[in-house]
Amino acid sequence: MGISFNQALGVHEQALKLREQRHQVLATNIANADTPGYQARDIDFASAMAQAAKGESQGGLTTTSSLHLQSSLTAANGAGSADLKYRTPHQPSLDGNTVESQVEQAQFAENALRYQATLTFLGGEFSSLKLAIKGA
Amino acid sequence: MSTIFDIAGSAMNAQMLRMNTTASNLANADTVSSTEAGAYRARSPVFATVMANAANAGGVDVNGINESQAAVPKRYEPGNPLADKDGYVFGSNVDPIEEMANMISASRAYQSNAEVFNTTKTLMLHTLQLGQQ
Repeated sequence: MGISFNQALGVHEQALKLREQRHQVLATNIANADTPGYQARDIDFASAMAQAAKGESQGGLTTTSSLHLQSSLTAANGAGSADLKYRTPHQPSLDGNTVESQVEQAQFAENALRYQATLTFLGGEFSSLKLAIKGA
Repeated sequence: MSTIFDIAGSAMNAQMLRMNTTASNLANADTVSSTEAGAYRARSPVFATVMANAANAGGVDVNGINESQAAVPKRYEPGNPLADKDGYVFGSNVDPIEEMANMISASRAYQSNAEVFNTTKTLMLHTLQLGQQ
């Protein structure tokens, strides 16, 4: 039985990529908490992850030029971005801003924690590989 | 992930500018002038989102500083050396309560962004150490 280094890291590699992307989206929301007219956005992690997994199994299309159309599979699979959704505010403000600081901060903390969890899983995969290569 | 530093940094910059205008407004709350045009008017920054590209919004940009259009108070103070020939001086239209609220809001927003900055730094450091233990 051979070890495929491509598959050794499993789903965590893509999870890390998506977590990082979500981290950026949430950071943008927090940064724009006082910008009039700014609408908070977020990534639906579950569906983005499912899409990334689908792209992997079907071998998403490769784009070789920036002019190529992005399929949703390529976007989730490659360095592209997952679909951004607009957040529905509980209490929209008069200036059109839909950022709710407490919501964003909670999501941000949760995402950071899950990013670290994914890092830990990845570290575990690496130590398993090391163990397999070097023996005990 | 390093763009997050730019995003949080731009937001901290914008909030710091807001804090500066608030400080200036509070400092000039009791400034008087001998003409209506010369009276101090409360200033406030105008924030706008930097659109890095259509899919990904970026940080915050300060589009300019607005001067409040509220009427400036006219007071009868003939003893004031700045009074005009009829004995009137023109005060500033700064509302100290509004400014205090603005100051608290700016300081909280700054803290949030500093926290984002810190968390991102920690995550990046952990990522760099991936596979080393």
